[in-house]
Amino acid sequence: MTTNNIIEIQHLKKYFKEVKAVDDISFSVKKGELFAFLGLNGAGKSTTINILCGQLDKDSGKIYACGYDLDKEIDKIKPTLGVVFQNSVLDNKLTVLENLKIKAKLYDINNEKFKDNLEFLSDKLEFKDILNRPLYKLSGGQKRRIDLARALIHNPQILILDEPTTGLDPKTRILVWELLSSLRKTKELTIILTTHYMEEANEADTIVIIDSGKIVANDTPNNLKNKYANDFLRIYKYENSLPEILAKDKVKFTQNEKTVEIEVADIEQAKNFIVKYQNLIFDFEVLKGKMDNVFLNITGKDLKEVAYVK
Amino acid sequence: MLSEFKKLSALVGRNIKLYFKDKMTFFVSLLTPIILVVLFLTFLKGVYASTITNLLPEGVEISKQTIEAFCGGWLFSSIVAVSCVTVAFCSNIMVLDKINKSINDLNITPVKKSTLLISYFISNFLTTFLICVIVLIISFIYLACVGFFLTFFDVFMLFVSTICMCLFGSLLASIVGMLVSSQGAHSAVSSLVSSMYGFISGAYMPISQFGVGIKTFLSFLPSTFGTVLFRQYYMNGVINHLQTAEHVPAEIAEQIRLSFDGKLVLFDTTMPTWALFTVVVGTSLLLLGLYILISHLKKRKLHQKEYKKAPNSTDSGTK
Repeated sequence: MTTNNIIEIQHLKKYFKEVKAVDDISFSVKKGELFAFLGLNGAGKSTTINILCGQLDKDSGKIYACGYDLDKEIDKIKPTLGVVFQNSVLDNKLTVLENLKIKAKLYDINNEKFKDNLEFLSDKLEFKDILNRPLYKLSGGQKRRIDLARALIHNPQILILDEPTTGLDPKTRILVWELLSSLRKTKELTIILTTHYMEEANEADTIVIIDSGKIVANDTPNNLKNKYANDFLRIYKYENSLPEILAKDKVKFTQNEKTVEIEVADIEQAKNFIVKYQNLIFDFEVLKGKMDNVFLNITGKDLKEVAYVK
Repeated sequence: MLSEFKKLSALVGRNIKLYFKDKMTFFVSLLTPIILVVLFLTFLKGVYASTITNLLPEGVEISKQTIEAFCGGWLFSSIVAVSCVTVAFCSNIMVLDKINKSINDLNITPVKKSTLLISYFISNFLTTFLICVIVLIISFIYLACVGFFLTFFDVFMLFVSTICMCLFGSLLASIVGMLVSSQGAHSAVSSLVSSMYGFISGAYMPISQFGVGIKTFLSFLPSTFGTVLFRQYYMNGVINHLQTAEHVPAEIAEQIRLSFDGKLVLFDTTMPTWALFTVVVGTSLLLLGLYILISHLKKRKLHQKEYKKAPNSTDSGTK
């Protein structure tokens, strides 16, 4: 295992009878990295995470986390992991404080350390005023913040976020990401993220796309976009005759209410286009390809449908 | 070791808090005892009072206080015997954790699976015992009001019997809890136990009133041995009082005792108290062995089973 890698997965396999949930995948996650795991429902991402958390047995392959072998040292791996589940799994009848206190005890955190961690998290995630409120009385956004606080209460080295910001209001989403960014900087927290929000995946250092149990792409967002998604030229102000001329020149374009969009292979092609039609174009911008397109081009499946299914 | 003990006590505290904070679960677990009290007040008390009077020979009369104390003892022996099992089933946090998926959160913590299972059993036992002790205390207050004939030994042995039967009930509930993981199955089992246990343990009506076949069958169940234990200690004092103070002939007093399950007779042999305890404790030990065996066998299979339904869900099967 490379010292720089906090997680290393080698030839991992997990079959459920005829279903190949995870089919011989290998990848590594660097320390302090924001790592995004993209895939449709049933692609195999949650199975991989469940195996990593020790909740599910693998059929074959090796997993190393924080230098420990999952097969032999699961007890040493567990304290290094923090998990935010897709749905809140905390005790609804207990207060926020009771929930966090009990979980801290399960990680052998002493009272003093707990108080420090609670002070820090309640300050950053703004839940000081609801500490003594039972969970069932909290809003969805408040519950999500407590879920995150619970995952971080024992200072894990790796944070696994399964659809962490689903249903969050924009303000809370910003709050959550501000805290996570600061923890990455100050404590080298490694974050593994499964998400359908492309803006979140865009921020990742590495994206792994998994489809039908196999890894189909593993690269940085920029490289993936360069490889798999075309750029866009968006024209805001133009001569009224432009759409007609483009149609005549057999240039593919989409016309919205106020803009005309043309897919271009790269910046060079965009420049050539502008030069060619310079008299007809007055205001424009060149946009990088979108992760939706990357996903669509790699898997042939539309990520937007995933959000719909969810 | 010390760290694991701290985790165990944190988990036990959590489970007990969850039980007492969930008003619905708390109420449901007390449903059977409440039904028994209602049945008693509406007609059972009258039926049993007339049964006792009918058993008395002509010319022998006993005071109202004695009848009240006898019927009260019989009622509370039923309530405590039933509560030891029904409360244990309703306060099974392990099942609720599986339904709410909270168990996934506990499984990712560095707590040993065995510690988690022990915590469920201990908390289940403690909550059941606590409720039963409250019922015992209420019974003593009631009997003190209508006629208190219990000796110190009876009171002591009632506590001992409660501990034994709570162990039996909690182990039984814990085993069933390991096999149940859905809300539907949990409700079905809880309802079945709540309604059936009173009958099969002879708590709702004396087994002496059943037909020979059912009577013989029920007499072999450990639950019946437990109920008879409570009957003995609740009714010994008042039956002795019948003979000494109310001058009821010994054979009539014995007949009353047998009619109300004050003794368990198997193949014309009266079971001694030590035999009743041996059966209850022995069954509990067998259940403990079974609990350990099943938990060992199900160590990880339980989770795999859940994920087989939805292999790609961290929240195990919500999609």
